[in-house]
Amino acid sequence: MSEYVFLYRGGEAGRSPERVQQSMQKWMAWFKELGQNGHIKDQGQPLERTGKLVKGKQKTVTDGPFAEAKDVVGGYTLIEARDLEQAVELSKGCPILEVEGGVEVRPVMKLNM
Amino acid sequence: MEPTEHLFRHEAGRMVATLTRIFGPHNLALAEDVVQDAFCRAFEVWKVRGVPDNPSAWLTATAKNRAIDFLRRERTARTFEPELSRLIQSEWTLTPAVEDLFATSAIKDDLLRMMFSCCHPRLGEESQIALMLNILCGFSVDEVAGAFVSTHAAIEKRISRAKKVLASSKKLFDVSVSSEFSSRLPAVQRALYLLFNEGYHGASPESAVRVDLCREAMRLTALLLEHPRGATPATYALAALMHLDAARLPARVDDLGHLNSLFEQDRSKWDSKLVAEGQRLLDLSATGPELSEYHVEAAIAWTHAIADRTENTDWERIVSLYDRLMTIRSSPVVALNRAIAIAQRDGAERGLEAIQAIPDSDRLATYPFYHAALGEFELRNGRHETAQEHFRTALALARSPMEREFLKKRISACEPVPQDQAQ
Repeated sequence: MSEYVFLYRGGEAGRSPERVQQSMQKWMAWFKELGQNGHIKDQGQPLERTGKLVKGKQKTVTDGPFAEAKDVVGGYTLIEARDLEQAVELSKGCPILEVEGGVEVRPVMKLNM
Repeated sequence: MEPTEHLFRHEAGRMVATLTRIFGPHNLALAEDVVQDAFCRAFEVWKVRGVPDNPSAWLTATAKNRAIDFLRRERTARTFEPELSRLIQSEWTLTPAVEDLFATSAIKDDLLRMMFSCCHPRLGEESQIALMLNILCGFSVDEVAGAFVSTHAAIEKRISRAKKVLASSKKLFDVSVSSEFSSRLPAVQRALYLLFNEGYHGASPESAVRVDLCREAMRLTALLLEHPRGATPATYALAALMHLDAARLPARVDDLGHLNSLFEQDRSKWDSKLVAEGQRLLDLSATGPELSEYHVEAAIAWTHAIADRTENTDWERIVSLYDRLMTIRSSPVVALNRAIAIAQRDGAERGLEAIQAIPDSDRLATYPFYHAALGEFELRNGRHETAQEHFRTALALARSPMEREFLKKRISACEPVPQDQAQ
C-alpha cells in the first residue's frame, strides 16, 4: 500500500441550509465508506480559507487568500491505496466534485534507500 | 453522530431571529450573513469530525462569537438599538450582553417575535408566507419558488420587498405587549393556515415539498401554542385541523404516485396517532365563546376522520358545518365543498344545483377541481358526454402531473360501457 494526499480545492457548501446539510451528509457518508474499506490513514483537518503568506528573503508577510476562491485548498486527507490509479478512483466519490470543486491527488514521496 | 433531519433549516430560523433582535431589523441581511458563515464553518468541521453531541449549542456559540467580533468592529460605524448601543460600547459589557441575548429562554421568544414581524399588516398574505418560509424555516429563494410553483425571479422580488418592509421597522414585534399581540394574532394564525394549505392542496408536483410545508406550519403552530398568549382556543383549533388533515396525507397519494380523492382513499393508511393528537387539540380548543373558522374546519376534518368508509360519513353534520363556515368566512371554494357534501347527502342533482347557486362561481373558473366536481356530478347522473367535457376543462387547468394523471383517469371513466359488455 502507498500513501496519497487528497487536497480539496474550491467547492462551496451551498447557500441554503438544507443544501449545506445534504452536502455535509454526503461528505460524512463518503468518509465513512473510505474508512470502512481501510483507505483512511488520517482524515486530516479543514483549513481556514484565509491566512498569511510569508515570502522571500525579505520575509514579507501578506494576507491570504493566495489564489482564486475556486483554487483555495480547504482541507486534506491522508489516504492509503494500492497505486495512484486506485487513489484517483477513490477520489471520484468526493462530494466536492458535485459543487464545482476539485480533488488534487498527490502521492507521498517514498524514500528508497 | 448523524444530524437530525432539517437541523440546519430549523437552526437557521432560530439564529436569524436572535441575531435580528440583537442587530435590529434594519440589519437583517447582516444577521443572515452571520448565520450563513456559521453554517459554512459547521460544514467544514463536521464533515471531517462528525456532528457534535449538541450541534445546536455549537452553531449558537459560533454565531455568538461572530456576532461579538462584528459588534466590536462595527460599533461606531453602524447604528444598533439604543439600549444595545450603550452596552456594546464597552468591552466590559459587550460579551456578557451578547451572552444574555443568546440565552435559551430568549431564543424561543425570538422565533415568535420574528413570526409576528413577518405578518406585518403592510404585507400581503402571500408575502407573509414567503417571508416566514425564508427567514423562519430556512428555505432558500429557490426552495420557496419550488413550493409555490413560481419562478426564482418572482419569489426573489417578493421576498426582498417584504424584507424591506421588515427592515423599515425600528424593532421586531414586541410579543410582551398584550394588546398588540392579540390584534396581530389572527394574521399569524391565518398565515400559518395558508402555509399548511399550500402544502396540503398546493400545486407543487413534488410531494416531499408539500409534506415539508405542512410540517413547517405544524412546527410553527406548536411554537405559538407554547406561548401563554398564543395558546388561544382558535390556535388549538388550528393545530387540531392541521393534525387531522395531515393524518390523511399518507393516503392522498398511493404507492404508484397517484392522487386519490377523499372518496377513494385507503382509510387504513390514515395516521391514527395524528388523528388522536388532533382530537386532543380539538378538545382543548373547546373553551370560551369564540367559534373560529378553524374550529369549524377542524370539526369537518374530525367528522371525516372518524368515518371508516365514505358511505358511513355523517354528511348531514358536514353540510351543516359548511353552512356555519359560510357565515364565518365564505368563499367560492368553501361553497364548492359545501355543494360536494350536499351531493353526498342528497344526490348529484342537488349537488349540481348547489354549485349553480354559488354567487361568485366565476372566481372558480380556473380552479381545476371546480370543473372536476361538475364532471363528477354529471357522471353520477349518467350524462357521460357532459361529464367528460368538464373533466377535459379541468385537465387543461391542472397544475401538476399528479393532478393531470388523476383527471385523465376520470375522463376515461366517462367512456360509455360497450354494448356487448353491458349485457
